[in-house]
Amino acid sequence: MTGRDSTDSRDTGFNDGELDHRLASVWSTPPGLWGALSSVDHKIIGRRYISTAFVFLALGGLLALLMRLQLAQPEARFIGPDRYNQIFTVHGTNMMFLFAVPVMQAMAVYLVPLMVGTRNIAFPRLNAFSYWMYLAGGLLLWIAFVLDTGPDIGWFAYVPLSGPQYAAGKRADIWAQMITFTEVSALAVAVEIVVTVFKQRAPGMSLDRIPLFVWSMLVTSFLVILAMPAIMIASTSLILDRLVETHLFNPAEGGDVLLWQHLFWFFGHPEVYIIFLPAVGMVSTIVATFTRRPVFGYLAMVMALIATGVLAFGLWVHHMFVAGLPRLGESFFTASSMAIAVPAGLQIFCWLATMWAGKPIFKTPFLFVIGFMVTFVVGGLTGVMVASVPFDTQVHDTYFVVAHFHYVLVGGAVFPLLGAIYYWFPKLTGRMMSETVGRWVFGLIFAGFNLTFFPMHILGLRGMPRRVYTYQPEMPWSALNLFISLSASILALGFLLFFIDVIRSARSGAAASSNPWGASTLEWATSSPPPPYNFARLPVIGSLEALSDQSTALPVATGLRVDRRELLVSSVVEAIPEARESSAGDSIWPLWAALATTATLIWSIFTPWAVVWGSIPVAIALIGWFWPKGVPEDES
Amino acid sequence: MKDSATLDLTDLPSHGLGTASVSWWGTLAFMLIEGTGFALSIVVYLYLMSLAPHWPLDAAPPDLLAGTILTALLIASLVPNIFLARWARSQDLLKVRIGLIVMSLLGMAPLILRVFEFPAMHIKWDQNAYGSIVWVMLGLHTTHILTDLVETLVLTCLMFSRHGDNARRYGDVSDNTMYWNFVVATWLPMYACLYWVPRL
Amino acid sequence: MRVASALLISAVASGCSGNQSALDPHGAPAIHMEHLIIGIVAICTVIWVVVMVMLGVALLRGPRAAADTAKSEAWLAMTVVAAVAATVIIIAGLTIASFYTTRDIGVPKSDALTITVRGQQWWWQVFYAGADATPGFQTANEIHIPIGTDVHLRLESADVIHSFWVPSLAGKQDLVPGRSNSMLLRAEKPGVYRGQCAEFCGLQHSHMAIMVVAEAPADYDRWAASQRGDATMPADPDAAAGRGAFLAKPCAACHTIRGTAANGTTGPDLTHIGSRLTIAAGLAETTRGSLAAWIADPQTLKPGNNMPMVPLTSAELQNISAYMESLK
Ligand code: HEA
Ligand code: HEA
Ligand code: HEC
Ligand code: CUA
Ligand SMILES: [Cu+2]
Repeated sequence: MTGRDSTDSRDTGFNDGELDHRLASVWSTPPGLWGALSSVDHKIIGRRYISTAFVFLALGGLLALLMRLQLAQPEARFIGPDRYNQIFTVHGTNMMFLFAVPVMQAMAVYLVPLMVGTRNIAFPRLNAFSYWMYLAGGLLLWIAFVLDTGPDIGWFAYVPLSGPQYAAGKRADIWAQMITFTEVSALAVAVEIVVTVFKQRAPGMSLDRIPLFVWSMLVTSFLVILAMPAIMIASTSLILDRLVETHLFNPAEGGDVLLWQHLFWFFGHPEVYIIFLPAVGMVSTIVATFTRRPVFGYLAMVMALIATGVLAFGLWVHHMFVAGLPRLGESFFTASSMAIAVPAGLQIFCWLATMWAGKPIFKTPFLFVIGFMVTFVVGGLTGVMVASVPFDTQVHDTYFVVAHFHYVLVGGAVFPLLGAIYYWFPKLTGRMMSETVGRWVFGLIFAGFNLTFFPMHILGLRGMPRRVYTYQPEMPWSALNLFISLSASILALGFLLFFIDVIRSARSGAAASSNPWGASTLEWATSSPPPPYNFARLPVIGSLEALSDQSTALPVATGLRVDRRELLVSSVVEAIPEARESSAGDSIWPLWAALATTATLIWSIFTPWAVVWGSIPVAIALIGWFWPKGVPEDES
Repeated sequence: MKDSATLDLTDLPSHGLGTASVSWWGTLAFMLIEGTGFALSIVVYLYLMSLAPHWPLDAAPPDLLAGTILTALLIASLVPNIFLARWARSQDLLKVRIGLIVMSLLGMAPLILRVFEFPAMHIKWDQNAYGSIVWVMLGLHTTHILTDLVETLVLTCLMFSRHGDNARRYGDVSDNTMYWNFVVATWLPMYACLYWVPRL
Repeated sequence: MRVASALLISAVASGCSGNQSALDPHGAPAIHMEHLIIGIVAICTVIWVVVMVMLGVALLRGPRAAADTAKSEAWLAMTVVAAVAATVIIIAGLTIASFYTTRDIGVPKSDALTITVRGQQWWWQVFYAGADATPGFQTANEIHIPIGTDVHLRLESADVIHSFWVPSLAGKQDLVPGRSNSMLLRAEKPGVYRGQCAEFCGLQHSHMAIMVVAEAPADYDRWAASQRGDATMPADPDAAAGRGAFLAKPCAACHTIRGTAANGTTGPDLTHIGSRLTIAAGLAETTRGSLAAWIADPQTLKPGNNMPMVPLTSAELQNISAYMESLK
């Protein structure tokens, strides 16, 4: 059943206006609530995902402020130990699982299809499902927290503290089940991204012409695919130990408590690169645009991404240096952890070379990149410090480590992310953010961040453990803690200003042209914001810098149908067109499937039978999702 | 910027098959995810074994009968499965229908045998860590048989419906056969681990 | 209750600290670590400064040549390669340095003085092994060691994971349920070294301190001898009355006082509680006032800890506190 049915209609026969009209009628999400709930447009879902993640950032940040309030003075009675433990657990869990990982994937959901020149992400309904699952997981955690049953076991939930014996009630189950939600959604997005990048690239975009951000998301998605099963096994085992009395982590019955740590960190270490690598891609993109030249050493950058991804699986034990493993093994993990400095350094040096050879333009996104360079190198170097076993036995579980990971997470990932928001905001909303406010935002956040977190290194070396709800007045930590807490308010002010700028600009910012920064990647080849079908005609790629030559016309491909959602499937290596393929239409079934899954997962905190009974509605929803409806997209 | 048409896609097939299909790649990606999960469960088994003073913990090694028949059955099911894949590729509706019915039955049979495998372990999940990991592994694999069975049944219904004779459906059938191969392939190391490692 | 909190405030304000800093080392392991820490931090600071200088120059350097590209690209590539090579060399050096430091710290020898520390939510149970003639003994929240000798700590846990960390003497090591870890502890000069549980262990992880008292061998021997002995009958009549009250009240169900009928094991051994520097894992200095405050209302001072409030009349409270204080 190939090609030329006489009935179908192709884009070749229309002029531009008519084509836009035809495509819009096929690809648009219908207005109204129902339309919004059933939309599978990657841009709508991506925007939703990003906004939700930023709401979680704000909420997690507010928790951080509560912690800082409590720690501002010794033996403060503002927050008790029970609430404080919930607060830092929810802060960490929220920031890692509900903000940092999802926001990076969300940026990819929005940008990757545009950057590879296709009309929607692969498996658009899975994408919708993924968002609903993510939202449900976030609500589960936060509603539990508001009801004072938030998890209180730390973001890595070590057994036996999180096990059946020492964590009574449902708090630990809520943590573990929230993991399941975010796992499912993260894995779904990872699969979509991999397949989109492998199979839906614009004709001619061979592997060596893929934009660096897309490469970074590809590697990240593989990390998700290979790392998340470990936490899946771990959290499921924890739930089983708690719910049906298995003994996987119970040393009295042949289980082992360090097994949990191995499984958690086998996931947990790659997790930090799942957060960091997308940021690297953002930095590369912004650097290229604001130095007016391609990033120096494309191949080296790609190799560095892949090397980081591979090495990421060989480092997990560096989180367990004081757990009592054999010293010889630990030395190996010192070496492998330090080895990560090589690809990281390579990237830093390539960006420096790019800046050296380019003509820097100091706009807000670029300022954030500079802030990133300054702070990330600090965080990376403290990472190298804690990779040394003897060094780490002094600073492990102290504020030194808290300083390390905020430097890499905030300096290394949130700074690039904020830069990316300033950079891609015009594409996301069709409006520019304010350059003036942006400079203030950068200044406040940069200064506030360093003032807040740098002193934590000193606190750690001077003996202050992490995860303490208070400390005694005779310890010499009060002054620095007060300083840190005051500085955190500068940081908070910066974030507040950022949120204000976002909301204000989204409503009344200056209108953006299709390519306001003069960038060279494909998302700028279409209008801001892009039409529902992204590109009226799919671009054809002839070089790494897709839009570098802006004087001539953009080469495009024609011949796709306009009476159904159709996009192009191309080969993995060379991106040679292989088939025209339909892309699923809007559907409410992903929402039903997510609701059924949510009900099952939450119910299963209480009884294992939930899995049996809950699988029925889940199966019904999935059948409804996949059953053909006789629409043109179901044909071949 | 003006567009200039340089490539005509009119003659491309309107649906990709095999490696030209996104769902093929999607299936592969999910297999990678689940395969990692299976591998990790085996690692956990071996890890617990390495810590135990003796293995299996407080239980005799599992009885071989049910598990071995199941293994043989799974391997045998590959033959009709491969035929089904071939028929799906040649889009032969009748044979595909027959093949799907056979595969549905071959999806149910192991579930019956599985019922006997759990008692053959001589241990319950809540007795000790050995029992826990054994039940977890069996459970994990059973869910995969079960989900594939449901998928096969749904596809069988589809192929008897008016939506059946369609390249897209044939693609789904062939992806489903690929997934069954995966379910069989992952069982083999698990079988070796569950039944033979305790006898070493 | 008002009395209790007033007492608490005075007790806490005068609390005793001791050193607790990796940068103030007084034991061989910690000294080796401090050298390593200073070395690595210095090297990394230099690296950071160099990178920042490169960044500054790259961004701010003057007018850029238009298009002598091929040559300058080659030059840039050389520089990047050189920088990567330098990175490799430096991290190899750091790896070797940390390997040697680990080796220098060494592991405890089998004939070393062995002390078993069992972590409990949220206090430390301590066992000194006996030798042929001398019996061992138990204490809590305070370890005494002779200076200048390697001490072998055996670390175990009764419930969840804790971590033993006295930064001025050595790095930390976890106490893992179902496992037994060991570490080497050593002090070069007499002093009180404070440590604190470093692995999150629940509600009162913040108040799980331990004191290591390092003293000259003769002092240490005297201390050990006195700890080995049973509690003696107090001479002071208040304290004697307190002894009676203690044994009559639920206290005895949880605490052991060797030489009396009290042999509970839920809480710390109190045989020589009066000789310890602090009570309740570093919460307050041991004084009659702080003891009274603690016994009167442990849940306000250390919310969530495993000692309940036992209703006592104020006379009983006074007497028991006097008794506790007398248990030197
Ligand atoms: C974005 C997240 C992110 C990133 C990128 C990193 C990067 C690194 N991290 Fe970090 N890490 C975390 C997030 C991250 N980490 C988190 C969240 C935790 C704590 C979890 C918890 O306990 O809650 C943690 C904890 C952690 C530990 C455990 C500490 C402990 O608990 O005691 C260790 C130990 O080895 C470590 C090491 C490293 C190393 C070696 C790198 C390297 O990748 C850094 C490489 C970069 C550079 C080195 C800088 C650039 C290079 C140059 C300029 C070249 C020149 C350099 C040299 C010659 C050295 N990290
Ligand atoms: C990406 C991850 C991320 C981010 C961004 C942050 C951000 C911050 N973190 Fe967090 N942190 C973690 C990840 C992160 N953290 C993790 C993983 C842990 C370990 C948890 C554990 O031990 O289990 C941790 C632990 C941790 C601790 C240690 C707690 C303890 O051990 O007891 C502290 C203490 O100061 C802290 C502080 C902060 C501060 C001040 C910020 C600031 O940067 C926050 C700044 C942001 C704001 C202040 C929000 C501003 C918003 C508004 C003003 C509202 C506007 C609202 C609208 C418009 C809707 N964090
Ligand atoms: C249910 C058990 C229980 C009872 C009853 C109990 N205690 Fe305790 N006690 C504990 C525990 C557990 C601790 C350790 C608390 C901590 O530091 O977290 C403790 C600590 C102490 C300490 C400090 C010990 C140290 O080493 O620092 C003293 C003193 C003490 N109890 C005295 C008493 C007295 C007096 C009574 C009776 C009035 C009493 N206890 C009743 C369990 C109990
Ligand atoms: Cu014990 Cu923290
Ligand atoms: Cu790590």
